Amino acid sequence: MTVTGTGTATIRVRLFARYAELVGRTEAAVSVALPATVGDVVRRLRDEVPQARALPERPLAAVNLRQVKLDARVQDGDEVALLPPIAGG
Amino acid sequence: MRNAELNEMSYLTRSTISLDALLAEVSSAACGGTCVFLGTVRDGPDEHGVTAIEYSAYEEMVEAEFARLVADADARWPEARIAVRHRLGTIPSGEASIAIAVAAPHRAEAFEACRFVIEEVKRRIPVWKKELRVDGSEVWVDPTGRPTSSPPVPLSATRRGGTHD
Repeated sequence: MTVTGTGTATIRVRLFARYAELVGRTEAAVSVALPATVGDVVRRLRDEVPQARALPERPLAAVNLRQVKLDARVQDGDEVALLPPIAGG
Repeated sequence: MRNAELNEMSYLTRSTISLDALLAEVSSAACGGTCVFLGTVRDGPDEHGVTAIEYSAYEEMVEAEFARLVADADARWPEARIAVRHRLGTIPSGEASIAIAVAAPHRAEAFEACRFVIEEVKRRIPVWKKELRVDGSEVWVDPTGRPTSSPPVPLSATRRGGTHD
């Protein structure tokens, strides 16, 4: 188990499909104070990017290509993706 | 990044899916049963005139998640040989968006593993689709049933996607 760091983490947030259309961009960089969770990243994004208010407060999310719950911890350099309801196949 | 750069097979394609290629990947003299599932873009009575579906994806995660999904299937059906391809881009009605081929020594494992793969795809693989309709409207498909259309589109229910269920 990695020890959660302190300080500030820069997180790359990626948006897809309808979420990218709602926000008008496909990615953003947000800074959060550590320790922080995916939920904190979502809140920060919604605070910093006006159009991101249109996103759900509790979207499906992935960190570094794996689906996670919103209480999952993030580290500096992580890639957080906000995923609209999956509709593959 | 696409796996093609690493000279490895990708689970994604932007071209018509070649069933021959998939069957060749799973073919084995030890396998007496091969099961194929094709998911095709549907324009049925409930679809409001779907001419095509535009598929997009979180491509890096699709590749990673497909690798994990196939590994999960391998663990459950160790003798099964599995190949799967998902197509992205604009796919006209009637054409396949996904193909799964599973060969196994006996038919039961082939059917079970094939069913497992498509059900897990629906649950885990980050792909999204936007229906393009004959009236010019475009609607994001939300399998969870919540309305998702960004423009006001008269649609009683968005839960039925334009593809196979």
